[in-house]
Amino acid sequence: MAGFEPSSLPDLLPLYYRRLFPYGPYGRWLSYGGVVKNYFQRREFSFTLRDDIYVRYQSFASPQELEKEMQKMNPYKIDVGAVYSHRPSQHNTVHMGAFQAQEKELVFDIDMTDYDDVRRCCSSAEICPKCWTLMTIAIRVIDRALVEDFGVKHRLWVYSGRRGVHCWVCDDSVRKWSSNLRSATVEYLTLVKGGPDTVKKVNLTDPIHPFISKSLSLVEPYFREYALVGQDILGCRESWEKVVALVPEHILLLFTLLQEFPKKQDSVQRWELLRNKMDKHRVRNSPGRWLGSEIMLQYCFPRLDINVSRGLNHLLKSPFSVHPKTGRVSVPIDLQKLDHFDPFAVPTISYLCSELDTANEEEDGEKENEMEPMAKRRTRDYKKTSLAPYVRVFEQFVDEMDRSRKGELLKRSDLQRDF
Amino acid sequence: MEFTREKRMKMRLAGDRRGDQYPHSLQFYQQPPAENISLAEFESFAIDRLKLLKVVENLGVSYVKGGEEYKNKLQQELRKLKFQYRALIEDDYDARRKDHISHFILRLAYCQSEDLRRWFIQQEMDLFRYRFNELTDELVQKFLKYINLSYEAVRDWTRRPLMVPSIGFSLLLSQIQVPLQDAMDLFRVRRVYLLDAFTYVPHTDMVAIVLNNFRTKLSKALALTARSLPAVQSDERLQPLLNHLSHSYVGPDYSIQKNTGKISIEHIDALSVKSFPLCMRQLHKALRDNHHLRHGGRMQYGLFLKGIGLTLEQALQFWKSEFIKGKVDADKFDKGYAYSIRHNYGKEGKRTDYTPFSCMKIILSNPPSQGDYHGCPFRHSDPELLKQKLQSFKISPTGITQILELVKGMHYQLACQKYFQLTHDVDDTGFSLNHPNQYFAESQKLLSGGRDVKKEPSEPENSQQKLSSQKSTNSCSIPNSSNIEGDTELEGLDAYFTED
Repeated sequence: MAGFEPSSLPDLLPLYYRRLFPYGPYGRWLSYGGVVKNYFQRREFSFTLRDDIYVRYQSFASPQELEKEMQKMNPYKIDVGAVYSHRPSQHNTVHMGAFQAQEKELVFDIDMTDYDDVRRCCSSAEICPKCWTLMTIAIRVIDRALVEDFGVKHRLWVYSGRRGVHCWVCDDSVRKWSSNLRSATVEYLTLVKGGPDTVKKVNLTDPIHPFISKSLSLVEPYFREYALVGQDILGCRESWEKVVALVPEHILLLFTLLQEFPKKQDSVQRWELLRNKMDKHRVRNSPGRWLGSEIMLQYCFPRLDINVSRGLNHLLKSPFSVHPKTGRVSVPIDLQKLDHFDPFAVPTISYLCSELDTANEEEDGEKENEMEPMAKRRTRDYKKTSLAPYVRVFEQFVDEMDRSRKGELLKRSDLQRDF
Repeated sequence: MEFTREKRMKMRLAGDRRGDQYPHSLQFYQQPPAENISLAEFESFAIDRLKLLKVVENLGVSYVKGGEEYKNKLQQELRKLKFQYRALIEDDYDARRKDHISHFILRLAYCQSEDLRRWFIQQEMDLFRYRFNELTDELVQKFLKYINLSYEAVRDWTRRPLMVPSIGFSLLLSQIQVPLQDAMDLFRVRRVYLLDAFTYVPHTDMVAIVLNNFRTKLSKALALTARSLPAVQSDERLQPLLNHLSHSYVGPDYSIQKNTGKISIEHIDALSVKSFPLCMRQLHKALRDNHHLRHGGRMQYGLFLKGIGLTLEQALQFWKSEFIKGKVDADKFDKGYAYSIRHNYGKEGKRTDYTPFSCMKIILSNPPSQGDYHGCPFRHSDPELLKQKLQSFKISPTGITQILELVKGMHYQLACQKYFQLTHDVDDTGFSLNHPNQYFAESQKLLSGGRDVKKEPSEPENSQQKLSSQKSTNSCSIPNSSNIEGDTELEGLDAYFTED
């Protein structure tokens, strides 16, 4: 992939916003079928322009107007906020206190930095194929809960462009959830608790709630490959001491492990040993009963940022926005192919632009009809690039919502005998 | 007036409507009261409910909520203040009416800020929970119907085998299917099974559902009330009372003491360590260290000293001797600071005898800035610094943790009470702290053996021993609060103030 230079953004962004950004499905998404009056018009967007200029409370009369503005401003970053009681661009004309955020998608932000205490391969903004598995696990666990426990029908998972993933839950009813309900949801989904001062961050007690047992069965298949092989959490004294630190009360067990670990060859063997020893010490209802699971969860379980999900007025990076530091586009993730998702294969804006150039050179050979409308030309444009499969995932998502909405309307009109 | 039995029966049969208005001992306060009441009743109802909610707060931190002691004490308080205290009494109209009206009045006072709202909702919820738990199953059903909160009960799991949760999380035979929005407090801690946006709540947990609903409704109502507040506040009769309520202190004001002059200046240092609340100890130390205090500190500390019995002459001597050690010379003191001290004692200007600040006033007004030492340390100090300070006073680590917990929960006066307990080595302060001078008075009383120390029954001998060893050579006596306003009398507090 062509190297990306942040300094080239001013040249690349105009091309991206004119030829590649999928305005069609994007506008359809945020209009939500035009069912609610002025829904799109009351949505807040924020733009980050060059030189870190940040403008909030942007709102537009239509998706077309949004498109024109994006092509005019060429923002470095676009955030999507809430749907307010009044058009955000006019919020200064509204009496303070009357201007309220009314609806918004339920969003989650899972950031790799929150796992720094348990990953050895990278830290802070870096990611690598080894630790990316944490995101895969996170998506599996959270998505199952959203669909099965919360009954969610329409959600989109998006790569953030650098070190994490976002989830957008778009069901009609969920968009109306209160701040309190969103908090409660994050709490329900949280098992890893405590900051840098807390050593043992996961504590399980009987009875084990089905959310925990179902999540464990999703985490277990990944644990060996990810934690024992990839992260090698029992590979050397320094790392296994961290693991053993989670077993503080069981002095005998602790002692045995510290003695026996050096005799084993690798993490896999040591984990075996640890499980065996714990089984021997395990007594029903004793505090150590779930130790093995607690260790697994501390190293692998998703860590959510409650502040992102709780507030209705929180702004989150838009899908298909470009990450200004890496140049990668925030693309939707195909859940059917989750295990094969490679963040390093996600196209950068520079790569996409160069793909466009090559494609155009090829086409110049053939006669292109210059009378073609802009929109149609652009539809063909992104298809010429690596962005295509990602836009397809997005379109499927929007189509599904449209279909479901039509189904609802039909059902309702049937009930009212409104033929 | 005496009624014969028949006459009483006839009254009921004749449709005594009063019973209909309040069919249950508890309510959701959805309809505001629609009658006229006198200003006196308005005021007394409000104050009584405020006292009640403060007791609820205090009990909630001192005892296990729902435990025997908690329930007994709360019931006592309800009886004392003439609110309904038992679910089954039929002719409880007056108490229920008082409950209804006083709740709505306090809404007016407590809707004004986020902090006030949060406090009000918390205490009302605790009170509601207590009352709800006193209901029999039958009354619960009736009440649920009354407030339109009946959900579908899921009785037969055999028809839905796929829904039965996995082993380890047991299911009672009958569960109520509640949509997730109505069961937030239950599912957020994973106390109930959640499937397809419905929670399955066992009968015994229904109280959480009802509370959730109660909280949501009350929260919305308070937000609405806040918006219509300007209209209410413009009523001159109500405005002073409403302001007073949310900043209120309902107790003795320590402005008149019978034993002024019984404190000697030389003892103040020792007293500050033994009997001063933390705020005053802090101020005294700052004064000694810096030979100066800024205006806020001089007011708070100066009035406190007046309250414990320092005469004007003593005060002038005390402050002057300290300020002179600093940058102030005698003349400057006489011209400037002396005037304001005399002002505090009502000897200058409009000659008001200023009252020492209550805890509420210290906590809520005039927060300290850099270089100030006034305010409430539990409210205004950074928790780390507070911790260090307590450590330097040799408070036990467990004690410090308890104090910090209370501070975190914003129970500043309770934190100070805890400080009292730890510095006086008692389990129970035996009073509800509202005023720094009250702290001093109680401390003095305790140290001079004037009160029963409440200790756990397992160590009666130890407490007696401790008490006798604490009989110090203290020459201070206890101020008597004879200046008690009619309505604001706190029952029981008099018992603590005895003349020597």
